[in-house]
Amino acid sequence: MKSAILVFPGINRERDMARALKLISGHEPAMVWHAETSLPKGTDLVVMPGGFSYGDYLRCGAIAARSPVMDAVRAFAADGGLVLGVCNGFQILCESGLLPGILMRNARLKFICHDVHLRVERSDTPFTRGYNAGQVIRVPVAHGEGNYAADEETIRRLEGEGRVLYRYCSATGEIGDTHNINGAAQSIAGIVNVRGNVLGMMPHPENHVEDIMGCTDGRGLFAGLVAHLERAA
Amino acid sequence: MKARVTVTLKTGILDPQGKAIEGALKSLGVDGIASVRQGKVFDIELAGADRAKAEAALKAAADKLLANTVIENYRVEVLS
Repeated sequence: MKSAILVFPGINRERDMARALKLISGHEPAMVWHAETSLPKGTDLVVMPGGFSYGDYLRCGAIAARSPVMDAVRAFAADGGLVLGVCNGFQILCESGLLPGILMRNARLKFICHDVHLRVERSDTPFTRGYNAGQVIRVPVAHGEGNYAADEETIRRLEGEGRVLYRYCSATGEIGDTHNINGAAQSIAGIVNVRGNVLGMMPHPENHVEDIMGCTDGRGLFAGLVAHLERAA
Repeated sequence: MKARVTVTLKTGILDPQGKAIEGALKSLGVDGIASVRQGKVFDIELAGADRAKAEAALKAAADKLLANTVIENYRVEVLS
């Protein structure tokens, strides 16, 4: 799997992401500076990591979403290429229009930094095939603006089309207000675009991939992507 | 030429920051405030002197970057 990690000024999770991708795919990802106008030849997966692009000025992800490299990402996604946005990456995907909706300030106004449980809603997508449908995984979150919001029609479509892939839940998989850490509509933690090749999610699977991290539940996402690409090849 | 773009949240969009400010004002004993909505103001200096051109440029600026029209409205004013 040849992956490319986009590097925007201010992000700080690119090396965690690179480490996870290297560990699981066996290939060192390319680091692509935001001012580039093309992606490396043969890129299978574009990853937008977490952090605080442009210091979250204006709106989270707003300025990064307008950077030169994003035209190449749009073309790549239009060709069916896999794009993963984590945390600030999710915010950038929403701001760029590659995913619908927006990430609002957490409902309880606090920056949240701890492990959460996620229910994997389906396993028949490139981003979830490393898991079973209904499986509960534990991964960390670290964000102040992760409260997913969209108009009612958009939420209905996301639900109707099965585009919610990850949802905040309890350790045993129950969905409800008490487990919805940031107030997101329908407890949404991660969604895909219509075509199913662009995923945005607030939690950080790349931070739970090695035993030393105390949990390896995040591996499935990357292992699933590797398996998907190997099958497609 | 000076101009101002004001960006506000659409009605119905939850504004937790506005709510927090509202609560703080109440706890400070500021009377008569029913609700608070927070927005953003951009003061922009324009190079040219053509009002119509300036308005078009500001509208483009708001549509392309300053506002996210999924959740925000904006107002463009050329001040002088």
